[in-house]
Amino acid sequence: MATDHSRTAARFMISPAVLLLLGWMIIPLSMTIYFSFLNYNLLSPGMEEFIGFDNYEFFLTDPAFFAALGNTLLLVGGVLLITIIGGIGLALLLDQPMWGQGIVRILVIAPFFVMPTVSALVWKNMFMNPVDGLFAHAAKALGFAPFDFLAHAPLFSIIMIVAWQWLPFATLILLTALQSLDQEQIEASKIDGANKVNRFIYIVLPHMSRAITVVILIQTIFLLSIFAEILVTTNGGPGYASTNLTYLVYAQSLLQFDVGGGSAGGIIAVILANIVAFFLMRMIGKNLEA
Amino acid sequence: MGSITLANVTKSFGAVNVIPPLNLEINEGEFVVFVGPSGCGKSTLLRLIAGLEDVTSGTISIDGADATAVPPAKRGLAMVFQSYALYPHMSVRKNISFPLKMAGLDQAEIDKKVNGAAEVLNLSDYIDRRPGQLSGGQRQRVAIGRAIVREPEAFLFDEPLSNLDAALRVNMRLEITELHQNLKTTMIYVTHDQVEAMTMADKIVVLRAGFIEQVGSPLELYRSPANLFVAGFIGSPKMNFLTGAAAAKYDATTIGIRPEHVSLSDKEGDWKGVVGVAEHLGSDTFLYVKLEDGTQFTVRAEGEVSFEHGDTVYASAASADRIYRFDDKDIAL
Ligand SMILES: Nc1ncnc2c1ncn2[C@@H]1O[C@H](COP(=O)(O)OP(=O)(O)OP(=O)(O)O)[C@@H](O)[C@H]1O
Ligand SMILES: [Mg+2]
Repeated sequence: MATDHSRTAARFMISPAVLLLLGWMIIPLSMTIYFSFLNYNLLSPGMEEFIGFDNYEFFLTDPAFFAALGNTLLLVGGVLLITIIGGIGLALLLDQPMWGQGIVRILVIAPFFVMPTVSALVWKNMFMNPVDGLFAHAAKALGFAPFDFLAHAPLFSIIMIVAWQWLPFATLILLTALQSLDQEQIEASKIDGANKVNRFIYIVLPHMSRAITVVILIQTIFLLSIFAEILVTTNGGPGYASTNLTYLVYAQSLLQFDVGGGSAGGIIAVILANIVAFFLMRMIGKNLEA
Repeated sequence: MGSITLANVTKSFGAVNVIPPLNLEINEGEFVVFVGPSGCGKSTLLRLIAGLEDVTSGTISIDGADATAVPPAKRGLAMVFQSYALYPHMSVRKNISFPLKMAGLDQAEIDKKVNGAAEVLNLSDYIDRRPGQLSGGQRQRVAIGRAIVREPEAFLFDEPLSNLDAALRVNMRLEITELHQNLKTTMIYVTHDQVEAMTMADKIVVLRAGFIEQVGSPLELYRSPANLFVAGFIGSPKMNFLTGAAAAKYDATTIGIRPEHVSLSDKEGDWKGVVGVAEHLGSDTFLYVKLEDGTQFTVRAEGEVSFEHGDTVYASAASADRIYRFDDKDIAL
């Protein structure tokens, strides 16, 4: 649509922004790469020396790394699963005409406005606490022994907390998609003999596929770097049971004062995130084009 | 097969009564056209028949069986929407086969029927495309294809051609008429296009504010409109109406005369006026004449005529039996 001339002009106009973004990204990235090749420990300042790939080798052969990798994938996958399925369900419910629709919709969105540290603390102390938590009281009232969620199912508990935070986002995006569905298509499918289930599978779900894609994409980006919820609830424990890559990098560089090792972990995390992004884009790119 | 009866059907949206008690008989194999001004309830009536809206009271029977509470899918009707309502993420083939798949037919039979429909409607070349990659006319044909594969008792069309350009509209009009002649299935067709109504219908139903003003064949409505509204609605250009002294001469409150039944002279005639605009179409000329009392009067003259803007002319009825007379309640006399 654009002429060659206007395209050149456009490139020229956006170049300052692109340069700024590039600098913004390149400088920290190159510093991290630089640190990752040093033996750089905060406890022994001034002793930095070049050690090649030793930091990488150390990080990659650490059993904690594989635990963290698995936890990261479980965390992202679990939250995606819960938020997509739950989001579709909630969106379908909220799309029904009902009394007080506006207020209910605002209530549904509310968790998204609670900052991660606060919501994680609320879950930890008010719901999952084995002595005073709501779940413990409920269990006792029903005659069961209270369950210490964060000690015995730490990763599952964190998945629940994070899913609770992201469910509103998924619901909101999927609800807008649902509302943009042409009513005549629904009517046509009614005449064509589709029942509710078939209508959902053949008409509603394909219509929402693009929105689902967007939700997966955006959430994956944020979920790969979940940190605050782990820090305030389990500190990655017990052992490495709830440590993800982000938390492992933090533990390496700031708890063990090993900046070099932490930087190497950070670079590995960046590479892994790019691999995930690559597959995600391929899987999803098709969907966004159509 | 394919007869539909509406008995005392009413429809209200909340407090608004859109369809007052309405009775209508649609016979098997008929091509029925609903016409009327915008907002008169044509679409609502069609949706009631399709089962997309529930009647407020009254009964709808299809083939003699009460279908008032039957869900749309079970009524055996197919509908073509104004916006086509194709499923955008399915190919043309999938779109057409959707109702068959929902009916649980096996794949071989579905393929046979879909290919047959595609052939009839010239869809074969783009059967694997998606609706977004088709032109308006092609989409329209897909929508019709989706309707015919079901072999319904009756087809319902809601202004199916209104999104098409004039030339294509003429084409599709012929195709639908031809389809009706081949299938001999009942068709109910909503339009506000005069020409479509006159050329396609076996029976025209003229609606105003939910009321049926008149039912009849196109020529019946043209020759003997029951009232002023039908007289003004059927026929193009619109019938001329005169009141006052001119009408009193014929013992009526209002008289009407169609533009094609007026003869013009520059010397003498019943009604004197001045030519405003003259539209020369080649085959016809439409003259818009302003009469002495201010009424606009349209005249259709065959071929080319020499009258021009500002000329004084005298108009009179080509023959006395071409004058329609209406009483003070607008009913034809
Ligand atoms: N869902 C609805 N709720 C309230 N009023 C409605 C609804 N659907 C239609 N109406 C009203 O019913 C009347 C008839 O509408 P309808 O769509 O049948 O008109 P129509 O004859 O098809 O007009 P058009 O030629 O413009 O399509 C209109 O006054 C409209 O405002
Ligand atoms: Mg309509």
